[in-house]
Amino acid sequence: MDAFPVPLLYRLTTRPPPVARAQAAEIGTGMTDSTRTNSLRNGPDASGHFGDGLGGRFVAETLMPLILELEAAYEAAKADPAFHKELAFYLKDYVGRPSPLWFARRLTEHCGGAKLYMKREELNHTGSHKLNNVMGQILLARRMGRKRIVAETGAGQHGVATATVCALFGMQCVIYMGATDVVRQQPNVFRMKLLGAEVIPVTAGAGTLKDAMNEAMRDWVANVHDTYFLVGTVAGPHPYPAMVRDFQSVIGDETKAQMREKEGRLPDVIVAAIGGGSNAMGIFHPFLDDPSVRLIGVEAAGHGLDSGKTAASIERGSRGVLHGNRTYLLQDENGQIDEAHSISAGLDYPGVGPEHSWLHEIGRAEYVGATDDEALEAFQLCTRTEGIIPALESAHAIAYATKIAPALSPETLLVINISGRGDKDINTVADHLGVTL
Amino acid sequence: MSRIARRFAALKEAGRGALIPYLEACDPDFETSLELFRAMPEAGADLIEIGMPFSDPSADGPVIQQAARRGLKAGATLPRLFEMVRAFRKNDSDTPVILMGYLNPIEVYGMLRFCEDASRAGIDGLIIVDMPPEEGSVMRACAAENGLDIIRLVAPTTDDERLKLVLSHASGFVYYVSITGITGTRSASVADLEAALPRLRAATELPVAIGFGIRTPEQAAEASRIADGAVVASALLATLAGTLDAEGHATAETVPAVLAQLRGLAKAVRQGG
Repeated sequence: MDAFPVPLLYRLTTRPPPVARAQAAEIGTGMTDSTRTNSLRNGPDASGHFGDGLGGRFVAETLMPLILELEAAYEAAKADPAFHKELAFYLKDYVGRPSPLWFARRLTEHCGGAKLYMKREELNHTGSHKLNNVMGQILLARRMGRKRIVAETGAGQHGVATATVCALFGMQCVIYMGATDVVRQQPNVFRMKLLGAEVIPVTAGAGTLKDAMNEAMRDWVANVHDTYFLVGTVAGPHPYPAMVRDFQSVIGDETKAQMREKEGRLPDVIVAAIGGGSNAMGIFHPFLDDPSVRLIGVEAAGHGLDSGKTAASIERGSRGVLHGNRTYLLQDENGQIDEAHSISAGLDYPGVGPEHSWLHEIGRAEYVGATDDEALEAFQLCTRTEGIIPALESAHAIAYATKIAPALSPETLLVINISGRGDKDINTVADHLGVTL
Repeated sequence: MSRIARRFAALKEAGRGALIPYLEACDPDFETSLELFRAMPEAGADLIEIGMPFSDPSADGPVIQQAARRGLKAGATLPRLFEMVRAFRKNDSDTPVILMGYLNPIEVYGMLRFCEDASRAGIDGLIIVDMPPEEGSVMRACAAENGLDIIRLVAPTTDDERLKLVLSHASGFVYYVSITGITGTRSASVADLEAALPRLRAATELPVAIGFGIRTPEQAAEASRIADGAVVASALLATLAGTLDAEGHATAETVPAVLAQLRGLAKAVRQGG
C-alpha cells in the first residue's frame, strides 16, 4: 500500500520523473498520460482556459504578476522529483493516505440495486479531503519563500486544514470566514484558533463563503510581498483550478487502483457532491478518458432547484466572471451575483470550478441536485446503516446515489465520494431535527 | 482626437495635471447621483470616473463597497448608468467620462451591445478592474470600433517586461495604482511616486494618472504634479456617506458637501504641489 501516493505524482507531471514513472508502472494503475492526444485530461490551455473561454485569469493588475509567479513556481515543482517525494511523504505519514475504498454492504442491501462503494476521504487527518490540496500548496508556498498564509473557508474544513499545516510548519495563518458561517460552524472556528490561526469574520453580504473569498483576495492584494493565498477549491484564477485538481486527483487515482484490486475493473458510476467542486474533480479527473464511467456531480439544491434558495450553480446558473474565473454562477439579469443557499456551509457558494462548467458543456459529467431535506435524510441513513457519520456536503452525494441505486443492476459498481466526516454538522442536524443538545 | 486626448493636451498647455473625481452610479439614489455628476465640472473636475456598482467588488475597500451596495439598492444597472451619462451630456460635451467597473455586469449585458450603448451615451473610456490584458480580447475590437479607450491599470508589482505588455493594450491614459492594496486604504509617499513615474514615462507617451489612496488636497496636488492626473474616489464617497440620514438617504448636505471637498481639491491641483 506504500506505493499508493505514487499515482498522484504521476498525475502531477506532464512528463513524469523517471522514479514516479517506474513506480506507477509497477503497481499497474493504468494511469493516463496527460500528454497524449484526444484526452480530456489536458486542460486548461496555456492561458488557463477550459473549452470556450471558461476559467482564465480575471484579476486586478496588482495580482497578475503574482499568479504568473505562482504558475511558474508550480510548473517547476511539478518537474522536480524532490517535490513529489516530499509530498508523498507527508500524504502517507501525516495525512494518512491512502484512504480506503469501502464496500457499503448494508446501504447496498437497503437500496437494492447497484453495489455501493465509499471512498473514505473523511478518514484523512482533519476529517476531509481538503488536506490533500492544502498539503500540496503549503509545500509550494514554502518553496516560494512565503511566510504568511491567507485562506477563505465556508464550512471551516478548508480553514482547519490550512491552520493545521500552518501549525505543522510554523507559519502565520489568517482565515477569512463569513460571519454567518462562523456562527453555524463554531467547533471548526475554535479548532482553527487552537491551531494558532487568526479567524476573521466577514460581515459583508450574507456573510458566507463568497464574501470570505472577496475578503481573502483583498488581503492578498494588500500583502503581496509575503503572503500566499491558499485557495481551497478548484476555482479562482489560473493556475488554481488546475493545481487544486492535480493535488486532489490522488482520490481518483487511488479509487481506480482499489476498484481494480477489489472488482478487477473500473467502476460504472461515480457520485460526488459539488460546491466549488474540489472533491468531485479529484475523483472525476482520473476517469475522464474512461467513457464507460458515468460521472455525476451533486449540487446543493437547497430548498429545491426552483425555490430561489439554492446553490445549484450549474443547473440554475449561467456563465459569468467572479473571483478570477469565468464559470457558471447564480446571478440576476444584470450580472449581479446572487446569494446561494444550502444547509451545508461548504456548498453555500454561487459559483463552481470552471472545469466542471466545461465538463457540463461538453456533456462528459452530469450535474444534478439534492435538497437540504434529502441530504438530512441521507445523513441519517448513512449513519445508521454504515456507522459512518458523513459531512452534510457528502450527504448530498449519498442522497443522489441512494436515489438512483435501486434502478441500477446489482452488477453496477457505484462509488460515492465521502469527502468529509459529519462531526462538525451535528449541531446543524440536531437543530433541523428539532433536538436541543 | 478623442475627448480624453483633447483634455490632457489642453491641461498640458495650461501647465497642470488633471483632477479626476469618482462617483458611484445611483449612490445614494439616481437623482442625487446625477445632480452631483452634473455639478462636478464646475467644481473643478477635469475628467470624471463613474463607477458601475457590482455585488462583489473584490479590489475595493470598505468605502467603495458600501457605495456600491447603496447604488445597487437604489437600482443601479448599466441602462440606468447610461441614462445618467446621456443626461450629463446634454449640458457638457467636453468633460471626458470614464466608466469603471467589473467585467461580469458587462458580459451579461453583452459585449457588443455594451460598447455601442456606452459610446452612444457619451462614455469615452473604460476601466475594467478584473480584465487584465490577457483576458482583454473579448472587448478589444468592439471598444476600438466604438471609439472607447481601454484604460489600463499599472501596479507597483507590474515589472518592466510586463509593463510593455500592459501598455501595448492601453489607450486614453494609464492609471497607476500607487499602492499594493485595495482602494481607500493606505497612501503612497511622494518619494514612492517620484520613483515610480520615470519608469512609466520611459515606457509610454500616454498621460499617466495616479489613483488609490489620494485623499487630501495636498496629495492630489502632488500626484497631479508628479504625473498628469490624480484620481480621488474613496475620500469623496466617505464624505457623501457621512451626510446620509439614518436610512441611508440623501440630505440637503449631500451634494454641497461633496462639491465643497471637490473645490478644495481642485484649488490645490490648480495651484500646483
